[in-house]
Amino acid sequence: MSSESKFGDYGGQYVPEALMPAIEELTDAYERYVLDNEDGFMDEFRERLRDFGGRPTPLQRADRLSERYDREVYLKREDLLHGGAHKLNNALGQVLLAKYMGKDRIIAETGAGQHGTATAMASAYLGMPCEIYMGRTDINRQRPNVFRMRIHDAEVNPVDIGSGTLKEAINETMRDWATNVEDTHYVIGSIVGPHPFPKMVRDFQSVISEEAREQVRDQTGRLPDSVVACAGGGSNTMGTFHEFVPDEDVDLVAVEAGGSELTIDEDEDLAPHSASLSTGEEGVLHGARTKLLQNRDGQILESHSVSAGLDYSGVGPELAYLADEGRVTPVNVGDDAALEAFHRLSKLEGIIPALESSHALAYLEEAVLGEQADDLGDLVVVNVSGRGDKDLDTVIEESEKRDLDAAPSMEVFEGEQ
Amino acid sequence: MSSSIREAFADEPPLISYVAAGDPDAESTKEYVRALVRGGADVIELGLPFSEPIAEGPTIQQAIRRALDAGMTPDRYFDLVAELREDAEVDVPLVCMTYYNLIYQYGDSEAQRASDASGKTASEGREGPEPFVEAAAEAGISGLIVPDLPVDESGPLKSACEAHGLDLIFIVAPTTTDERLDRMLDRATGFVYVQGRLGTTGARSDVSTDTHVSLGRLDETDLPKAVGFGISERDHAREIVSGGADGIIVGSAFVDLIAEGDEVADRLEAKARELKEGALDGAEKVPEPEGK
Repeated sequence: MSSESKFGDYGGQYVPEALMPAIEELTDAYERYVLDNEDGFMDEFRERLRDFGGRPTPLQRADRLSERYDREVYLKREDLLHGGAHKLNNALGQVLLAKYMGKDRIIAETGAGQHGTATAMASAYLGMPCEIYMGRTDINRQRPNVFRMRIHDAEVNPVDIGSGTLKEAINETMRDWATNVEDTHYVIGSIVGPHPFPKMVRDFQSVISEEAREQVRDQTGRLPDSVVACAGGGSNTMGTFHEFVPDEDVDLVAVEAGGSELTIDEDEDLAPHSASLSTGEEGVLHGARTKLLQNRDGQILESHSVSAGLDYSGVGPELAYLADEGRVTPVNVGDDAALEAFHRLSKLEGIIPALESSHALAYLEEAVLGEQADDLGDLVVVNVSGRGDKDLDTVIEESEKRDLDAAPSMEVFEGEQ
Repeated sequence: MSSSIREAFADEPPLISYVAAGDPDAESTKEYVRALVRGGADVIELGLPFSEPIAEGPTIQQAIRRALDAGMTPDRYFDLVAELREDAEVDVPLVCMTYYNLIYQYGDSEAQRASDASGKTASEGREGPEPFVEAAAEAGISGLIVPDLPVDESGPLKSACEAHGLDLIFIVAPTTTDERLDRMLDRATGFVYVQGRLGTTGARSDVSTDTHVSLGRLDETDLPKAVGFGISERDHAREIVSGGADGIIVGSAFVDLIAEGDEVADRLEAKARELKEGALDGAEKVPEPEGK
């Protein structure tokens, strides 16, 4: 089993002993229900994704982006999935699996709040009590999602330690799990954590690339030249890439958050970015060996991104492996470019993308018209991993701060209260 | 193989005391370790602070934060250990408790430091946990406890510990299955760390029934068994030792005193004495006082 828990040297199971029996139980459940479809688990999962989740999501030709970039640009519309982000694929899969395993309590962590919202939604739908841990900083910048979680009857537990972002929320959820492991399932929100989470989450998210691959062939008669997705922990990234990995002519581009700059501030022990795939060093965090933002001693650094969903110091072990192997190309774009891409898609295509997805869209601009000058080819698929309603407060504030040309006026009209 | 840690269990149930190295600074840690030894501590667990201590409760998380803010690093930690080893008052084994990333990363950082000093480009670091274990052994550490390293991933660290004569101590949890217990006992040396209850570290007001169940499952084991997680009072210590433990491990109850910052050394010494006496009572099976 040990070799199957790894991607090259990455992955593994580095957790307190108290959790190991639960992880062995989960591994067994993953193999039986997800891989072998025991008791028709996968059939039920797919049926519920269709009826409750609204799958399949469309693959839409983006006419004005295609014109701007002088090539065919297709958008995989995960923003149209129920709840407004790809996160439901995994949350629904894991909450359903927890039911099959006879667990009676769900816990999860969340950064942007999308995973927390999806887990709260899936728990409400399947009748499971649910608690969500969320860093204080993220609570303040993602308020709509906090309300959505509560509306679905989930308890939201603020985490005040450290920078109050996803890393701290994961630590706290692991502590809860270590205390209540016998009846509780921890729905990890990305392809991170100890085996089997990275594989299991990828499998639940692979529905994105299964559909996209079939849709692009149906609609264009061929496979794309490149597939672009943003990468934080990496669940939408691997979900979007997985079925294309064997197609060696298809370039897979993982766009990380370059934040405000790429260098690490050694004095402050701060990374002003979240680009662990392109700049991180190998280490062990949250149950897995992977690429991490860390200082020379191995202390984990606080990351930064304008997008809460990408603001994490690690990345999934499978992505770290595929990047080392050269199969996935890690690139990054900064906060400003992501904000501009947010406004661009909103204006040109009538779609308000999540700030996470805006990074993927920003790379398109930089690769085709900007400094990076990468050849993405004639046919490009970009994953719009979620919708941006949750980010409006951040976008307005950050656009004003930067005096961003692309941003519309947000002044309140005269006479309006 | 007999180790200095194991010898601490030879005559009477040892008190194993945890403090975070560098909380609130390295000089204070030396003073506190001396106080604990005066109070009767037989083994000192010296925490090497890691930024993501997922196995710790709030008390030790905050201690680790204070130590990191005060600049504790692996190199300074080894310096501190070496200084403690030279201190005549501190004649007990020192055990390093830390998380795997610091152990794993040390080889790379060691190469980096060497290249910084020589002004040359960094060569590849020595891979894996060996450089850390070597440095720990040189400084005078007798054993390692790594709470995020289950037996399944412990192969490379175990080899390094064997090469340098360190004990690798495993934590047995209330949830540990018999099959896992067997694997752990195959690799464990020094003592078995029995996690007294599920959850994270932290002082509690009672002794969990899990403790007695876990101890029962370890009856056949040759290795001494020490119980940790939640012990804070004399009565807990007595109950745990009379229930079959060979020693007790106390962390948060001491760290709480350090956090309060008031006459710390004297209070640590008194607390250690209280807990050690509880353990001794338990070993003699002194009957419960009437009308408790």
